[in-house]
Amino acid sequence: MKQLLILSGKGGTGKTTIAAAMARSLNVKACADCDVDAPNLHLLLNHGGVEERKDYYGLPKAYIDEDLCTMCGLCTEMCRFKAVNVGETTTIDIRTCEGCGLCEEICPSRAIEMRPVVAGDLRLYADPNNGIFSTAQLRMGNGTSGLLVTEVKRQMIDASKGIGFAIIDGSPGIGCPVIASISGVDMVLIVAEPSVSGLSDMERILDTAKCLKTRSIVCVNKADLNSELTARIRDRCREREVPYVGEIPYDPEVIRAVNRGLTLADTECSAGDAVQEIFKKVTELLFGRAAV
Amino acid sequence: MNWTPSTREIIATGPTEMNIAVLSGKGGTGKTMVSVNLAKVATSSTYIDCDVEEPNGHLYLKPENLIREEVSVLVPRCDPNICNGCRECVRFCRFNALAFSLDRLTVFSDMCHSCGGCSAICPQEAITEHPRMIGYVESGQSGDVCVRTGVMNIGEAAGLPIITRLLQSLSVPKKGITFIDCPPGSSCSVMESIKNTDFCVLVTEPTVFGTHDLDLVVELVSILDKPFGVILNKNIEGELNPSEEYCLKKNIPIIGRIPFDRELSSLCSEARIASEESARFKELFQNVLNNILETAG
Repeated sequence: MKQLLILSGKGGTGKTTIAAAMARSLNVKACADCDVDAPNLHLLLNHGGVEERKDYYGLPKAYIDEDLCTMCGLCTEMCRFKAVNVGETTTIDIRTCEGCGLCEEICPSRAIEMRPVVAGDLRLYADPNNGIFSTAQLRMGNGTSGLLVTEVKRQMIDASKGIGFAIIDGSPGIGCPVIASISGVDMVLIVAEPSVSGLSDMERILDTAKCLKTRSIVCVNKADLNSELTARIRDRCREREVPYVGEIPYDPEVIRAVNRGLTLADTECSAGDAVQEIFKKVTELLFGRAAV
Repeated sequence: MNWTPSTREIIATGPTEMNIAVLSGKGGTGKTMVSVNLAKVATSSTYIDCDVEEPNGHLYLKPENLIREEVSVLVPRCDPNICNGCRECVRFCRFNALAFSLDRLTVFSDMCHSCGGCSAICPQEAITEHPRMIGYVESGQSGDVCVRTGVMNIGEAAGLPIITRLLQSLSVPKKGITFIDCPPGSSCSVMESIKNTDFCVLVTEPTVFGTHDLDLVVELVSILDKPFGVILNKNIEGELNPSEEYCLKKNIPIIGRIPFDRELSSLCSEARIASEESARFKELFQNVLNNILETAG
């Protein structure tokens, strides 16, 4: 299965809007939302069919048995994450605990135990018409988003036997969840924004993908909001030898469509026409021919 | 300088020390644009960019006299002459950062969380810890705004130690307001960024995406019991705004409305500070700041 991941570095450039339009217009049967911090793809793909929910367990976190604790303070001293507080009793801040297990290891009275904690929800939708959709939501303030991203992709892949093409919506940034999402994909489509910030962020996500030896291509969204910066992004792609697959104009119709739960493939507008051209080029580059 | 009454009022009442976080859940709603403009209309403020993966505030503020400090984390190193191959460290490490093969210990530094456990428990005391640079913090001055930016190196997984370093400066008493520009999302790095703030400004946009992610950060700030208010950015007059409806329904204070405006979007795309370029935008951000200070009490 060929996997196309959509990233941007900078947030809010239009990853999800483009991922949903592409999934709909190319009738893609396997999709995943790897922005587990703030997933949005489900708002446009409204998959029906069978829903399967699973709890996601991150790393086990420390739990103190107050009856056994002698308040010796060794755990407080050793914890690098400042997750153990000694007051009237010893308490562990579950949100700060990274689950290293050192306190459990060293506690002289064996008062600490690592216990599994639900860190998020995984959801998988299987529909005879729409295919497979995998998504997840990390619980507030959790830190193991990379592991959850890997799970989201794994459950999509496991359910997608015989499907040749998958679209994965990524998260902003260049850190842990982004690195986890890039692992194993065939190509990254970067949605850039014509601004000084957008250009800087594009360079950093291109560097990250390159560091992971993954092929990137670039398109620019809301290109006419600053045509000079769009030209600079185009030039940078040429200099970096990154394929530049097109531009999408700013179109107020996009917000209206999104707010009605529609993708750009379901609505007549100039942005919708522009993405079709981009999809053609993306599939040519990904498959070496136009997709059916 | 030409002070408007509202500015004078701020100076007179003097919000001497206050930390305000700007966050959104969804990326690209205008956190940085709002933060830099608020930092400029406030007097003698501090701007801290905690979006260490994609820092952009410095592109607007162009700070000068930069001082750079490297941020490192500790990673283990094993002395093969002392190691007897007992593999206690491999058993202990829950992050899969250690492996024992070909008669020696291999450390996968990018998996390591720097908990220090392996060196603490090694029965032979064969493991020592050494710094590994993951990024840097840069401090400088932009007019009367003190600017601190964190930058994570390409290919690193976690920027949390850089955020922690950035926010160490909060413990030093200083005059004026500190604005903390947060990363997108609602994970541990956002939580760390807002931990020691007095007020949270949530910036949203008029899309169902914006509203969905606003709901996530409302939950986050509520868990941490932080007072907060919402700025409706990219507001289009006469168009449906799901984020506004959400705030009205949930009784959440709306502390600012920033219109979708071609001039504003063009200034922002060039990383120019709108409140310094036009009286209209200066007034807009001054009003937003006053609303924040009023709401924050």
